[in-house]
Amino acid sequence: MISIRGLHKSFNGAAVLDGIDLDITPGERVVIIGPSGTGKSTLLRCLNFLDQPDAGRITIGDVTLDAARAKRAEILALRRRSAFVFQNYALFANKTAQENIMEALITVQGRPKAEAEARALEVLAETGLALKAGSYPASLSGGQQQRVGIGRAMAIGAELMLFDEPTSALDPEWVGEVLDLMRRVAAREQTMLIVTHEMQFAREIADRVIFMHGGKIVEEGAPDQIFGAPQDLRLQRFLSRLSS
Amino acid sequence: MRGLDLDYMLELVPVILGYVPLTLGMAAAGMGLALILASLLAVERVFRIRWLDWAVVLFISFFRGTPLLVQLFLFYYGLPQVLSFLTSIDGITAAIMGLTLHFSAYMAETIRAAILGVDRSQWEASQSIGMTQLQMMRRIILPQATRVAAPTLVNYFIDMIKGTSLAFALGVTEMMGAAQKEAAGSFLYFEAFLVVALIYWAMVELLSQGQKRLETYLNKAYER
Repeated sequence: MISIRGLHKSFNGAAVLDGIDLDITPGERVVIIGPSGTGKSTLLRCLNFLDQPDAGRITIGDVTLDAARAKRAEILALRRRSAFVFQNYALFANKTAQENIMEALITVQGRPKAEAEARALEVLAETGLALKAGSYPASLSGGQQQRVGIGRAMAIGAELMLFDEPTSALDPEWVGEVLDLMRRVAAREQTMLIVTHEMQFAREIADRVIFMHGGKIVEEGAPDQIFGAPQDLRLQRFLSRLSS
Repeated sequence: MRGLDLDYMLELVPVILGYVPLTLGMAAAGMGLALILASLLAVERVFRIRWLDWAVVLFISFFRGTPLLVQLFLFYYGLPQVLSFLTSIDGITAAIMGLTLHFSAYMAETIRAAILGVDRSQWEASQSIGMTQLQMMRRIILPQATRVAAPTLVNYFIDMIKGTSLAFALGVTEMMGAAQKEAAGSFLYFEAFLVVALIYWAMVELLSQGQKRLETYLNKAYER
């Protein structure tokens, strides 16, 4: 169970998250849409404490944390309950594809090296990159790097996978393979919170779509409702701009 | 005007070469210690530990701001007058100490810049999987910073090899001191110091070759 209550975050006095309340049930796939600069990425980053929220409560699985009073150990515990997929892939540049996936298993989860190696190969096979196990990120295409990035997040086995615009930095030719992999992740009842501008994909994969505007959740509902019968004027305008 | 006494120079080469181990030994000891100290200083500068930061800033400022020879004299001739336990310090130890402190100040700045130059995504990816700061530095940030800092650090090592010649001023008979002694007997100063210069030059050239190999090795992971 994932629960967010009263999450606030400002940068230099400007509120980017203005009181976010959100519950996500296990296995649910939630897609966040909205104009640029409305706090979608910041919300994901706050859940992973890459940005520290100013106030609010976050629960992921058995970890609950009060953002304003979070201690270092609590932050580490919370981070270990979620896995983050970055827009710019953020693979460890000094490690091979396989080592990238092994890193959290060995360092953070303390698993034996042989087990981590085997698990990484398994995940690489699922991402279609078994032959790239020994390749360093610099020698991989954008699409391949992001598939390793998703593989790295899958291997952790976290309660929640966070996707921060995973296809936005990709050349159009690589978008399809990354979305395909995300469909396969979704097919295993993995709880996912996704920020994306791929509306067709959102409509297809989401159990629930959330529209954010000005640091707030303005409207949420099933994809058919959000895309087919939007209520809020700002959502209507946002969708009409996309289709024009 | 007289010609070069080549025979004398050839005679001198093995004599001076006999002191190469001492020179390289001092430089290697100084470099090893300086690398450790500089890494600690650099990590402190990156994380700015409250009550330590000003001391580190002062340390770096002093050792970058004063000449190596002055520092060596301060340690070898000056400090024992103030701190009695240092009276037994020998020239070689004092030289290694001086080289360590002096070069660690420079190297700390190089390493700090290299750490800060590691892309933000690398820090965030490490944090996102729940690494501790120590794990992040050791496994992700420092290895990548090493690659950036290595060429500059090798240059400091080259500087340090040449810097060991100042130990001569502390009464240590190293390459320079040996040449001085030889020349004092033969009066062939030009030949003696030319031999020293050529041997330093050859050592540095050999090291530069090693530097290129090291860079190729460190860049392996980053090639497209």
